[in-house]
Amino acid sequence: MAIDVATVRKVAKLAHIRVPDDQLAPLAQELSGILQWIEQLQEVDTTGVEPMTSAVALPMAMREDVVTEGGDATAILANAPRARDGFFVTPKVVE
Amino acid sequence: MTKLTSLTLTGALAGLRAREFSSRELTSAHIEAIEASRGLNAFVLETPELALSMATASDERLARGQAGPLEGAPLGIKDLFCTKGVRSTAGSRILGEFTPTYESTVTANLWRDGAVMTGKLNMDEFAMGSSNETSAFGPVINPWRSRGTNQPLSPGGSSGGSAAAVAAELVLGATATDTGGSIRQPASLTGSVGVKPTYGRCSRWGVVAFASSLDQAGPLAKTVDDAALLLKSMSGHDPKDSTSLPVDVPDFPAFVGRSVKGLRIGIPREYRVDNMPGEIEALWSQGVAWLKDAGCEVVDVSLPHTRYALPAYYIIAPAEASSNLARYDGIRYGARVEAPSLNDLYELTRAAGFGEEVKRRVLIGTYVLSAGYYDAYYLKALKVRRRIADDFDQAFAGVDALLTPTAPSAAFGLGDNAADPVAMYLNDIFTVTVNLAGLPAISVPGGLDAQGLPLGLQIISRALDEATMFSLAGALEKAAAFRARPERWW
Repeated sequence: MAIDVATVRKVAKLAHIRVPDDQLAPLAQELSGILQWIEQLQEVDTTGVEPMTSAVALPMAMREDVVTEGGDATAILANAPRARDGFFVTPKVVE
Repeated sequence: MTKLTSLTLTGALAGLRAREFSSRELTSAHIEAIEASRGLNAFVLETPELALSMATASDERLARGQAGPLEGAPLGIKDLFCTKGVRSTAGSRILGEFTPTYESTVTANLWRDGAVMTGKLNMDEFAMGSSNETSAFGPVINPWRSRGTNQPLSPGGSSGGSAAAVAAELVLGATATDTGGSIRQPASLTGSVGVKPTYGRCSRWGVVAFASSLDQAGPLAKTVDDAALLLKSMSGHDPKDSTSLPVDVPDFPAFVGRSVKGLRIGIPREYRVDNMPGEIEALWSQGVAWLKDAGCEVVDVSLPHTRYALPAYYIIAPAEASSNLARYDGIRYGARVEAPSLNDLYELTRAAGFGEEVKRRVLIGTYVLSAGYYDAYYLKALKVRRRIADDFDQAFAGVDALLTPTAPSAAFGLGDNAADPVAMYLNDIFTVTVNLAGLPAISVPGGLDAQGLPLGLQIISRALDEATMFSLAGALEKAAAFRARPERWW
């Protein structure tokens, strides 16, 4: 299935990646090439096949619902590009 | 005395325990080799001071008779592993100068056992690549060259730095990760041994996530013995990774050298692909002969859905990556492009921080998960994944292990496959099935091609049966007697 420029623009928006207009068409072509190659999956009969969501069948690990770590804002913020007074700094999000 | 850097890990550990040399001497020799090999671009960060202080501590423990299993051995760490206080980039610009405040479980296990860190190894960005060319730090150069040429070759990927560092004798072993072949393909292209264990053997905690249902850590090493020793330290249940298996870690090195007499080996006929170089076909037949000589019974088996593994992988892995890489937002860590609005900040940060291949995969992943396409692509791929796993189950009802080539070619030139993403993806044709099914596999060097480049053979075993895998790998290693080393040009 071919991907057109409008679809690339939409997907890039969903993925939060800015793609300049002049790169949309080449990207559409590249992605279409990959998807065309992927299309051969449709040949496989998967009627009644359960989707495989995990590499090993393992019951979900459970643990006591207690605090095991945390309370270390300094470590959490240590790599923040901008931090102030124990908070991450973002552009204004509420008008 | 033998050059300290030419020792195997197992040999070096014996020398350290016998007090033939100290860890400081051994580590210094490797630091010198690393500094003299910057042309390979295998390291993205060297940590000589840390290495020497760890070596000093190791020497003290050796003197007190409290040596751990890897005491004093200098290793390299793929830059996908978070190392406390040491910059970890995953080969990406978007992580900037990210310096973890915690240690990955796998590396913590290695330090617990006495290993010494020499630095962080180059890799494809977020482990997405088969040639190391997607690294933000530029490609690693393979220490091997085709006879009579000086064309720079790729060491494979994504663990290209790990493989090149081991092959060039810069470290005694290295950590690596394998999502579709990223340990085994570079092992094959550099004449090294590489193991992808059963999914869940090694904790993923603190390993930068690419495709969580496929990612698995493992060692790159000079010999099968060394790989077994490293894997034993790296493995173990970790409550911090919910997919980590609550099982005991076998004494892997004990299985190397064990008789393989009477084992049944399957040769999957679907791995005989079009355009496979004759030399790889010949090496595969040679591998069959070696295992027969060792007393194995060799039979043909069928894995009918093999050809659909790569297309399924290129839905599942990008889908998981698009979700995992959503965390790189320019707010919490890593690089940031300032902008007046939050959305602009996200979009510009991610546009500047991710390389072309990573963007391609995030976009593919976002597309196949988006409304209207989820069933047709993602769900379909998960069902095909089940078919591929079922193929292995059926094959393993009649055989103990499978023998295949590791990669469809020897080392290729940098730039040779860069223009066509799908051509690059085909590098993983023999390795990716194993990730989808969660099985263990090892690549062992089998010989050299006519150009003098190494080629690997792969053993695949049942889930959690690394013991059989290591015994067979040991038998192949012994029969192949692969001793070739790259001639130093760098």
